Amino acid sequence: MAPNRKFALGLVLDGRKQSAMQQPIAAAPAPAQAFVLLDQGDGRRGTPSVRVGERVRLGAAIAQADDESGAALHAPVAGRVRSVGRHESSPDAGPGIVIDNDGSDERDPQCEPCPEADSLPPEEFIERIRRGGIVGLGGALFPTAAKLAHGRAGSITHLVVNGAECEPWICCDDALMRESAGEIVRGAQLMLRACGAAKCTIAIEDDKPEAGAALTAALAAAGDTRLSLAVLPAVYPAGAERQLLTAVTGLEVPQRAWPPEIGLLCQNVGTAAAVARLVRTGEPLIRRIVTVTGSGVARPGNLEARIGTPIADLIDAVGGYAGAPRRLWSGGSMTGRALPDDAWPLTSAMNCIVAATDADLRAPVHAEQPCIRCGDCARVCPAGLLPQELHRAVRSRDDVLLERFGLADCIECGCCDYVCPSAIPLVERFRQERVALRERASEAARASQARLHFEHRERRVSELEASRRREFEDARRRACDDFPNEG
Amino acid sequence: MNPEPLALVGGAIVLALVLGSTLGWAATRMPHSVDGLVERINALLPQTQCGQCLYPGCRPYAAAIARGEADFDRCPPGGAATAQAIARLLDRPTRAPDPRYGATKPRQVAWIDEPRCIGCARCLPVCPVDAIVGAPRLMHTVIAAQCTGCELCIAPCPVDCIELRAVAAAPAARATPSPAGH
Repeated sequence: MAPNRKFALGLVLDGRKQSAMQQPIAAAPAPAQAFVLLDQGDGRRGTPSVRVGERVRLGAAIAQADDESGAALHAPVAGRVRSVGRHESSPDAGPGIVIDNDGSDERDPQCEPCPEADSLPPEEFIERIRRGGIVGLGGALFPTAAKLAHGRAGSITHLVVNGAECEPWICCDDALMRESAGEIVRGAQLMLRACGAAKCTIAIEDDKPEAGAALTAALAAAGDTRLSLAVLPAVYPAGAERQLLTAVTGLEVPQRAWPPEIGLLCQNVGTAAAVARLVRTGEPLIRRIVTVTGSGVARPGNLEARIGTPIADLIDAVGGYAGAPRRLWSGGSMTGRALPDDAWPLTSAMNCIVAATDADLRAPVHAEQPCIRCGDCARVCPAGLLPQELHRAVRSRDDVLLERFGLADCIECGCCDYVCPSAIPLVERFRQERVALRERASEAARASQARLHFEHRERRVSELEASRRREFEDARRRACDDFPNEG
Repeated sequence: MNPEPLALVGGAIVLALVLGSTLGWAATRMPHSVDGLVERINALLPQTQCGQCLYPGCRPYAAAIARGEADFDRCPPGGAATAQAIARLLDRPTRAPDPRYGATKPRQVAWIDEPRCIGCARCLPVCPVDAIVGAPRLMHTVIAAQCTGCELCIAPCPVDCIELRAVAAAPAARATPSPAGH
C-alpha cells in the first residue's frame, strides 16, 4: 500500500448520472397522504407525540427522539393524523404516522426564521438545529445537532462538507450544488460557527465541473477565507466519511474512533443546505432532494419531495414507469436497499430511487462459487480490510476472527462484491453477520445475567437451609437441656 | 568402583529435578484444574437453568461434562451452537443435541394470566432466576427481561395460568439483503 494515498483503493465506476441531470430539480407535488416512518432508516424509533384525529400544521413536531442519537420528526403536510402505527398498504415498512393532507400547507407557528443565527450563542443555535430535526442527509441520519455539540465538547479544527457523491445513479447532491451553492456555503458557515472549527473544506469530485463552478462562485460571493473547495478524483467510495476525511486532510480516523476524536467533522452538503434553510425560513427537515432514475422511469430527474411521500407518487412525478422495470431500490447500485413495494414512503435516508430494467442490471456471470483466494477484494477494499479472510471468519462463525479481521470496520461499500470472480455476495454476508453478532452478544449478556441471578439464588437458598438447620439444632439442644434424663 | 553408574544415577536425579520443577511450574501457571474447565464450559451454556439435561442447573451440568459423566449434547436451549462450542472446547467431534432431552425452541418467556392467578406462590420457589414477583394471596407477575423461559414454573401452577410466549425477534430490517443491482 503506497503511503500518502488519496484513493489508492476503490473502483472507478460508470456513474450513470447523466440521464437524471438533464433537467433542474423539480418540486414533487405534496402527497394526498403522508406516511412518516418512525424509523427513517437508521434503526432508531422515536415516540409519536400526536394522537389520531389531531390536526397538525406543516412543520409541527410529530415524534420525539428517545435519546441524543435520534431526531425529532415533523409533519410534512398540514392535516389530520389518520393513524399512528403500521400502514395497511405497506405494513412491512414499520410503524409510522399517517397524515391526511388538507392541502392548506398552513405553517406551524413554531417554524420561525432565525435571522439572529449569526449572533446566537452556539449552544442555543445547536438546540434550534436539534428542534428542527436536522439529520445527516448523506444517509447515516446522525443528528446534526449531536454531531455539532460533540464538536463543541471536543476540539474540532476542521469541518469537511461532503459533496463527493461517488455512487452510481445518485446525483441529488450534484443537483443541489449546482442550484443552491449559496445555501450550502451559508450552511457551512453556520455549522462552522456552531462547532467552533477554524476552517471548512467543501469536497467534491472532478466529474462535477458545473457544481464546482457554482461552489467557486458562491465561495467568492461569500468572501469567507475560512472556507475552501477541494476537488478530488472521482473514485468510488470517495464520499464515504472516513475515506473522504483521509483524502481531504491526510489524517486517518482510527479504528473504533469517530472523526471528532482527531478534530474532524464531516457533514453532507444536503445537511448544510437544510441548516441554512432552517435559519432562512424556519422550516424543519420535512423535505429532501431525491434522484428518481433508472431506465424504468420515463423522465429521470431530481425531485424536491416531502418526507413521507409514497415512492409511487415520486415515480409519477417523473412521468411514471417506462419499459419493463425489474427492480426497485433506494440508494445507489452499490449500497442500495431493495424496496419491496412502491407504496413505501420516502424517508430522509433515501437519496435515490432507482427503477432498473434488465439493461441497468449487471447480468450474473454465474452462481456463487467457492472463494479462490485471488485477493482481488483486498486490493479494492477502501477500508483496508481483507474481505476474503472476513468471509472465512463469517463462514466459521468465529467471533475472534471476525473481530481480528475488522467486521466492525467494513463500510459496506460493495467494492469486494463487485470484483469477486466467484460472485460471492460478500457485503450481504457481512451485513447479516453484523446482525447475528449483535444478537449473539445480547444473548451472551442475557446468559451472564441469568447466571448471576441463578448463583445469587443458590447462595440464598443454601444460607436459608443452613440457618434452618442451625435453628433446629439449637432447639434440639435446648430441649435436651430441659429434659436431660430423656436425652 | 566404576564411577559410571553413579554418574548415570546422578544425571537421572538432576533430570528428574529439572523436569519435576518445570511440571510444577507449569501446573501453577497453566489452566488445568477441573474447576477452570467447569467455568469455561459453564460460560458456553445458555444459563436457562431449565434442568432438561437432568442436572439441577447449568453449572452442575458443566461440572458433569468436565468430570466426563455427561456428554455435551444434552442442552436443548443451547441447540447446535452450544453443542458445537463445547465440542470445540473439549476438542471432540461435534454432534447435534440429543433430541431425547428436548427440542430446541426459539426464545420464550413465561407469562402469567394475572386475572386467573390465585396468588398461591408455588411458582416462586421453583424459578431458578428469581424472575417471578409475588407473595401469597397477591397476584404474581413475571419479569420478562429476567425470565429464561425454562418452563419450570408451568407444572407447579394449580390453575394453569402460566404460559410461555415466544419473544419477538429483533427487527431484521438491518439484515435485509442488498439489491445487488450492479
